[in-house]
Amino acid sequence: MIPEIGHFALILALVLALVQSSVPLFGAARRDPRLMDVARPAAIGQLLFVATAFFALMHAQIVSDFTVLNVVQNSNTAKPLLYKIAGTWGSHEGSLLLWVLILAVFGAAVAAFGDNLPETLRARVLAVQAMIAVGFLLFILLSSDPFIRVFPPPPNGNGLNPLLQDPGLAFHPPFLYLGYVGFSMTFAFAIAALIEGRVDPAWARWVRPWTLAAWCALTVGIAFGSLWAYYELGWGGFWFWDPVENASLMPWLAGTALLHSAIVTEKRDALRSWTVLLAILTFSLSLLGTFLVRSGVLTSVHAFAVDPARGVFVLGLMVIAVGGSLTLYAIRAPSLQGGGLFAPISREAGLVLNNWLLATAAATVIIGTLYPLLLDALTGQQVSVGPPFFNKTFVPLMVPLVIAMALGPMLPWKRADLAGLSARLRFMLAVTVGVALFVWGVSGGPILPVLGIGLGVWLIAGVAADLATRTGLFRVGWHESLRRAAGLPRASWGMSIAHAGFGIAILGIVANTTWTQSYQGLLRPGEHAELDGYTLTLGSAERVPGPNYDALRADMTVVGARGRVVARLHPEQRDYAVPPMQTTEAAIHHRLGADLYAVVGSPQDGAFPVRFYVKPLAPWIWGGALIMALGGLISLSDRRLRVGAPVARRRVKDAPAAHPARA
Amino acid sequence: MAATARRLGALIPLGIFLALALALAVGMRLDLTTIPSALIGKPVPDFALPPLLEGGQGLSAADLRGGGGPVLVNVFASWCIPCREEQPMLMDLARRGDVTLYAINYKDRPQAARQFLAELGNPFTRIGADRAGRVAIDWGVYGVPETYVVDGKGKIVLKHVGPLTPQAIADEILPALRGAGR
Repeated sequence: MIPEIGHFALILALVLALVQSSVPLFGAARRDPRLMDVARPAAIGQLLFVATAFFALMHAQIVSDFTVLNVVQNSNTAKPLLYKIAGTWGSHEGSLLLWVLILAVFGAAVAAFGDNLPETLRARVLAVQAMIAVGFLLFILLSSDPFIRVFPPPPNGNGLNPLLQDPGLAFHPPFLYLGYVGFSMTFAFAIAALIEGRVDPAWARWVRPWTLAAWCALTVGIAFGSLWAYYELGWGGFWFWDPVENASLMPWLAGTALLHSAIVTEKRDALRSWTVLLAILTFSLSLLGTFLVRSGVLTSVHAFAVDPARGVFVLGLMVIAVGGSLTLYAIRAPSLQGGGLFAPISREAGLVLNNWLLATAAATVIIGTLYPLLLDALTGQQVSVGPPFFNKTFVPLMVPLVIAMALGPMLPWKRADLAGLSARLRFMLAVTVGVALFVWGVSGGPILPVLGIGLGVWLIAGVAADLATRTGLFRVGWHESLRRAAGLPRASWGMSIAHAGFGIAILGIVANTTWTQSYQGLLRPGEHAELDGYTLTLGSAERVPGPNYDALRADMTVVGARGRVVARLHPEQRDYAVPPMQTTEAAIHHRLGADLYAVVGSPQDGAFPVRFYVKPLAPWIWGGALIMALGGLISLSDRRLRVGAPVARRRVKDAPAAHPARA
Repeated sequence: MAATARRLGALIPLGIFLALALALAVGMRLDLTTIPSALIGKPVPDFALPPLLEGGQGLSAADLRGGGGPVLVNVFASWCIPCREEQPMLMDLARRGDVTLYAINYKDRPQAARQFLAELGNPFTRIGADRAGRVAIDWGVYGVPETYVVDGKGKIVLKHVGPLTPQAIADEILPALRGAGR
């Protein structure tokens, strides 16, 4: 009964979405407030129905209702409760349902809290949101229905892929989807603005919080995914340039560019059509990611069950959504002329440079991901593009980006001269060169990674110098500095923190990639191995039962250079029964300066294959990413971006635009 | 002049996207059928697998090189969901009576595989159990299900990646079997 309710709720949500995508649009064109007002209750109703469907599926998963095919295919009675819940979005069908749920949450948020938006803009934004919902609801109902029943019900299910049976599943997809779907909001705003024919600073300010929120979520989602791969796949890598990872990186790069260009549009009323284009592209890349994962076009560790019919559907959806919006863009963009002029050295110019570099980086990733596919489509030739391509193209683009990233925030708007920065530049150069020389001395090379470390240090030093100037540190006394620090806008703190987080992540990536040490060998219980000042002793290894697996669990002790025990590691090799599969659970001890990472394998004549890594600064990679997201959140809490009060006051000041009484 | 240039410039993103969408559409159609195998046109690798079923027949290279008619070799596993989908189609093929079906059971527990066949039917006259997946590596298998057509002399003539569809059977498998029989 409950699955049928879920199915029916989805149909109702589709009907409501159809109404919401048409009536308000019509109302906005005719300036009819009653028709426009249909959008708000419709958006909230949609949330109710989609949530009903989502929880109906979750219920079926939790109670192991094996009359539902989706549960049979992805669950098993022996599966722990956490994974039964997270299993709701572990399958293709369920993850789409989560996608639509998040879409509905965002739509309802605009409906409930969007009082400060002009009526026509709100109606149009909600209508565009609903169009996206129509597409995805149709996709679910026609080709990916999670509520299909089976008769007779099998006694037990097939189980969830053991690689997914990890707390990572509970967090990684929801954050990723919050990001992807969050960019649907900026997309809806862009389309609504193009329909209105009006892009102005007020519009940019409404878009900022959605972009920021989506960006934070995507940053966390990507970081979780990378961390998950790091400990679950068992060989210590954290980024593989896998097509599906790239699929999440592309919208992230475009979204980062959007975040910065929207600032220029907001503050200086420039780059209007570029900002709109970026908003469209960012969401288009999210759709492309969805397409790549679900169509089977690219083979990847992440691919869901390949079904060509689904691929055709997503491709069709993408052609309508992206093709339609780019057509609208082609019609309207020529009339969107930006206002503010600026000199080649200025904050704006810095942000434009940032945008060029990020857009190029995104394009590089797209090319690297799709090139093999395109070549195959056009010539039938098979190639594979691996990490070497990305290391040669993507990494060099990051170098000027980071150099400029440290300087940009110091430049004033409109016009600047570097002479005014000379004191700060001297400080930054001194710190960078000092640290780089130190690292060079300690590690003895190679040169490129040392420069990479210098780059990270340069960025962090730049953030520090910028903050010191803003707060008058060392010039005005501690009390005054503290007062000024407290007075800085949160958006400014957010930026500094996010930039510093990126610097920290760079240090982690460079150090981990370059100076990881590894030991690989056979150990019998009681034997030890030495690596980089650490001594790892294999105490014992025995079989222990888990809730739905049977594991080989090793007990290892790591002693540091001073003879103190620094960690006890318990790596496992798990054998799952349903489906039969073996997974590696690496044991990782995080220290501030390095990760100690151990993996154990099946015994050969009483000796256990052991791999042991010392990975310098590894935790900084994810720590840096989380700091970036934290910076985004702090910026999001800035008064100016709060949905509500301050805008009403500003509206009078900056923009006749806010009340679009079109002539 | 500048206005025209701006208009044309605004069309660029659309043009790039349409070209990309076209290529993706082409790529999608190609993908499932044309993943090449280094082994196409080559003899099957040397291997011998024990039977999956008690009292049943296993599968080895000799069975394929014996000079009989062309055969279809299906790689399946009970834990593979698309395998469940294609099993009825394999049953239909077996019922035609003119197609010989062999199978390699890939990384599976024998008991689970037997239950799979008991539930969905067994169209195969020989099933080799490749518990460790070693033989599958030699065949170039990189995912289940996969289906091969081998001619009477043990040469691989076709590889189909992913679940069979009625269309793939009509357009690829049957023509390949007919072609190999000549």
